[in-house]
Amino acid sequence: MSGGALPGLPPADMLLVLAVILPLFGLLPLLLLGSRLAERLTLLVLAAGLAVALGIGAEVAAAGQAATAFIGGWRPPLGVGLRADGLSAVMLVMTAVVLCATGLYAMTGPATPRAAGERMPTAFWMLLLCVWSALNLVFVAEDLFTLYVALELLTFAAVPLVCLDGKEGQIEAALRYLVFALFGSVLYLLGTVLIYALYGTLDIILAARRASVSPGLVVALAAMTAGMMAKAALFPLHLWLPPAHSGAPPAASAMLSAVVIKAPIFLLVRFWLDLAPESLAVKVGPILAGLGAAAILMCSLVALAQHRLKLLIAYSTAAQIGYLFLMFPLAAAASAWSALAWTGGALHLASHAFSKAAMFMAAGLIAEAVGHDRIKGLTGLGRALPVSVAAFGLGGLSLMGLPPAGGFVAKVMLLSAAVHLGNWWIALVILIGGLLAGGYVLRVVVPALQRPAAPLALRPVAGWREWVALALALVAVGLGFVPLEPSAYLAIGRPASWAEGAP
Amino acid sequence: MSAETLFGLAAAALCAIGIYGLMVGRGALARLIAFNLLGGGVFVLFGVVARRGAGAGFGGDPVPQALVITGIVVAFSATALGAALVERLAQLRAKGGAPSEEPEADT
Repeated sequence: MSGGALPGLPPADMLLVLAVILPLFGLLPLLLLGSRLAERLTLLVLAAGLAVALGIGAEVAAAGQAATAFIGGWRPPLGVGLRADGLSAVMLVMTAVVLCATGLYAMTGPATPRAAGERMPTAFWMLLLCVWSALNLVFVAEDLFTLYVALELLTFAAVPLVCLDGKEGQIEAALRYLVFALFGSVLYLLGTVLIYALYGTLDIILAARRASVSPGLVVALAAMTAGMMAKAALFPLHLWLPPAHSGAPPAASAMLSAVVIKAPIFLLVRFWLDLAPESLAVKVGPILAGLGAAAILMCSLVALAQHRLKLLIAYSTAAQIGYLFLMFPLAAAASAWSALAWTGGALHLASHAFSKAAMFMAAGLIAEAVGHDRIKGLTGLGRALPVSVAAFGLGGLSLMGLPPAGGFVAKVMLLSAAVHLGNWWIALVILIGGLLAGGYVLRVVVPALQRPAAPLALRPVAGWREWVALALALVAVGLGFVPLEPSAYLAIGRPASWAEGAP
Repeated sequence: MSAETLFGLAAAALCAIGIYGLMVGRGALARLIAFNLLGGGVFVLFGVVARRGAGAGFGGDPVPQALVITGIVVAFSATALGAALVERLAQLRAKGGAPSEEPEADT
């Protein structure tokens, strides 16, 4: 038991379990409640869950080692272990912040009583909590089969979010998403059974100790990687993402694009940096980075050609995913610079989550006020909806990688690691990707700041919802003030082992 | 050829058919069936692994057997969700793309 590092906080192992089950406990009573009560209860659970996530983060920082929990006191290989290292803690807090903001954005609010039909249905709040529980489980589980269950739970919660309004286009998008996601899960399961057959354990840490390069392991990791690529919408498996993320209600889009998509990427990091032998990871890294580079270039170009704001943001997600894959060859290399690439990748992951959530929320408000989201019709919007346009612009600033935003620092870290490790092509792709991102963000922001040709007829939107979006965008920008060096916090608990905090 | 090898090859064949079907299949229903074939292949593989790992007087290793039950349940619910979406989509298309009357999504 590693808990009790901080006085006044519950032990860390209890917090880890709470992070997973608290949203589920919150979800069950929602079945019986109407949408108004469901909304209030969900907001309470969100606040409590944020406290749990922050608690885990503080415990990990105070102990300087990963927090662990063993279900029923059974240690792996007999039992199932939960473990939060520095990266997991960052992901937990990031998810909690984004989902709390989503909850605030989606709630009815005191100042603007919306009609019953406009309120988010109870189903939305249930799915939100379910997504959260599944994500937290992905971030703390070390058992391959538990991760499978978490991934499927995530799929089952995320797919209905896409078709919440039940429109034909949404159901088409949801169905396509479901097929890709199921394909991903079953390939992941194939890899799981192969690893169990090879090493006789499902625990990632124990399997990693026994792992050696063999055809069986290569097939297993290939299947799992292909599965996670389908779920993360990495080019060329990204086709499901734009219709699904752009068609969903804005609050759902923010969740899907900002955090849901990060779960498979987090697992890829686990597979290639924790599970796979280094000799194999070094060989596969460039392949993943090549696909990431293709994603950045292709999806950014497609984003430039979009006419609809939400589709543009969705394609930008598919492009930004690519940056996270550039991290693999850099972080897998045994060099002092790989720690910097590792920090840069994690920072990009977090800053993208905040900026993308802010952009989808702003786009939702813009669509609500203007009545459509055609980019051509947004000229002069900056005067009418300054806060929303600022949120979109600041989020975009981080995507472009302009200082002082979080995206800037992340890209500088990746760039310097790429240059020092001699991967000049990765550096080139990062630079071109930044230019393209600048292109598609400015395509929206520049006309929005111009004088409108004709006065825009706007419906009123709740001001505080605009401020929620802006606050998230400011967090993304604020991440740019982290020190430009390998983060010690992210190194906590790595390389992964069960030895620490042993009872 | 031992039974394990035979079942292992059968699992591989099922997986191959499933992946092929998912890649070239037209229409969501065909892909759902392909997903089930692929899943079937993986589940057979679980059985093979259980048999291969048999020890201590057991007929099979109980861990994969326990896992495969969960896997089958999850695959079944996934198929049900997919089928519900397919049906809903067909209903909406039959109405000529008119928006649905019920505000709740059919989840």
